[in-house]
Amino acid sequence: MIDIKNIYKTFNKGKPNQVDAVNGIDLNINTGEFVVIIGSNGSGKTTLLNLISGSVLPTSGTVSIDGNDVTNMPDYRRSQWIARVFQNPLSGTASDLSILDNFRLAAIRTKSKSLSIGVNESFKKQVKEKIATLGMGLENKIDQPMGTLSGGQRQALTLLMSIMDNCQVLLLDEPTAALDPRSAEVVMKTANKLISDFKLTAILITHNLKDAYNYGTRIIQMGEGLILKDISTTQKTKLKQNDLFDWFG
Amino acid sequence: MDFYLTALLQGLCFSGIALGIYISMKIFNIPDITTDGSYTLGGVVTAVLLTHHEPGYIILPAVIIAGATAGALTGIIHTKLKINALLAGILVMISLRSVNLVLMGRPNLPLNSISSLFDIISIFSNPNQNTLCILIVFVIIITFLISYLLKTDFGIAMRATGNSESMIRSLGVNTDRMKIIGLALANSLTAISGYLITQFQGFADINMGIGIVIVGLGSVIIAETVINWLKITSIWLSLGLMLTGAIIFQLVLAVTLDIGVNPNLLMLVTAVFVLIIVSLPRLSFSKSS
Repeated sequence: MIDIKNIYKTFNKGKPNQVDAVNGIDLNINTGEFVVIIGSNGSGKTTLLNLISGSVLPTSGTVSIDGNDVTNMPDYRRSQWIARVFQNPLSGTASDLSILDNFRLAAIRTKSKSLSIGVNESFKKQVKEKIATLGMGLENKIDQPMGTLSGGQRQALTLLMSIMDNCQVLLLDEPTAALDPRSAEVVMKTANKLISDFKLTAILITHNLKDAYNYGTRIIQMGEGLILKDISTTQKTKLKQNDLFDWFG
Repeated sequence: MDFYLTALLQGLCFSGIALGIYISMKIFNIPDITTDGSYTLGGVVTAVLLTHHEPGYIILPAVIIAGATAGALTGIIHTKLKINALLAGILVMISLRSVNLVLMGRPNLPLNSISSLFDIISIFSNPNQNTLCILIVFVIIITFLISYLLKTDFGIAMRATGNSESMIRSLGVNTDRMKIIGLALANSLTAISGYLITQFQGFADINMGIGIVIVGLGSVIIAETVINWLKITSIWLSLGLMLTGAIIFQLVLAVTLDIGVNPNLLMLVTAVFVLIIVSLPRLSFSKSS
């Protein structure tokens, strides 16, 4: 599904504050794989994710998604395959817009935003049904501005928004970093359920080694902009939680 | 009484600026100073075409296109050349001064006895009352069009652009393009105000736009204060309040003049009035908490 070849990313090249974020990574992710990426701060995890989403374009190397070379395609065009959940709940939703309007935009992620009114009664009903599956009681608040909700609620809704339109790849950049443990658990369980129900190809960045152990079919450890360890499904089942802690020892 | 009627009419003429500033400042979060230039441009295009006896169905589209071009230029300079929005607006505004002078050929162009938009009906003996009828219809149509636009899928994407850029890009919207379209729309609305005022006062002047951005800001801020107090989320109501803001603003200025304040102090009074409106919610908030 995602094929990355010999990719490099250098920020501020040639200046005193030059940062070599990603230093030659080859990575092939198959359809339906749920990859968890761990690694210390500055190891290049987020840059790698941004290279896949198109928010950052590579210094050299190629990225292809579903067989299409997307190396120089901007992020808003890669949205035809990719949905994202950001670390900051504010980044994934528009605070001043109602929940309903946020969902409307998500429902036309891969389509053009036309000059016709798309929010009608049947759409409202569809959104209410979707939100009810979260069991948070938000289905009766769809006319409220997104900004009135808590971070956990917003992250859960962002996840749900990602599957409103045809989605093949889901990128999760530390989606629970800003949340309390209980909300974090709800969000992670929701994510896991959506990924398996909709057979999504997913990449999760996390600092929570427990989550890295519990979720996903493949685990990658990054450091200094390189892949240090790549543990596939069969090996991951043999892995013990303490082994993960030892990697950072 | 006629004095206050004139203020009301001016307020209605300025509703275009109020809606324009609402779009650029509130929806897109861009401080757009192009306003001063595009407002004059709207007036100048109107005056030049009217004195050349062009028909009305050409003048209004021409004004809209002129304003949109000015706004799009600011948008392109801001997004493509990555120049601060404030500076981009100032650059376009200053350039427009030359454009306006070249178009008019002189600093002031009167519309002596040329029939304008406001002469198409004469139900009342008082011409101001006829003007009022036409303005109300005109403003309602524009407000309806804008509120419809903001409710469409495109409009929702527009509103999200100023709110959360990372989100709207990940949902497949080219934010640069959206900002250019938004600034074009905002400035075409501003140019429409220039179009209305020029026909209302009967001349276009190179200096008519100086400080006009404060009229739009004042209107939007008055409306914002009410919106925040009453927690209004309806787009129709918000836009309606922008218009009310524009009218209140003109009425306050009329009262100021009526009670005998030196007209030379008008700009100072305007600035102080806007300052009071902006700081009112904060002052009352700090007392209660």
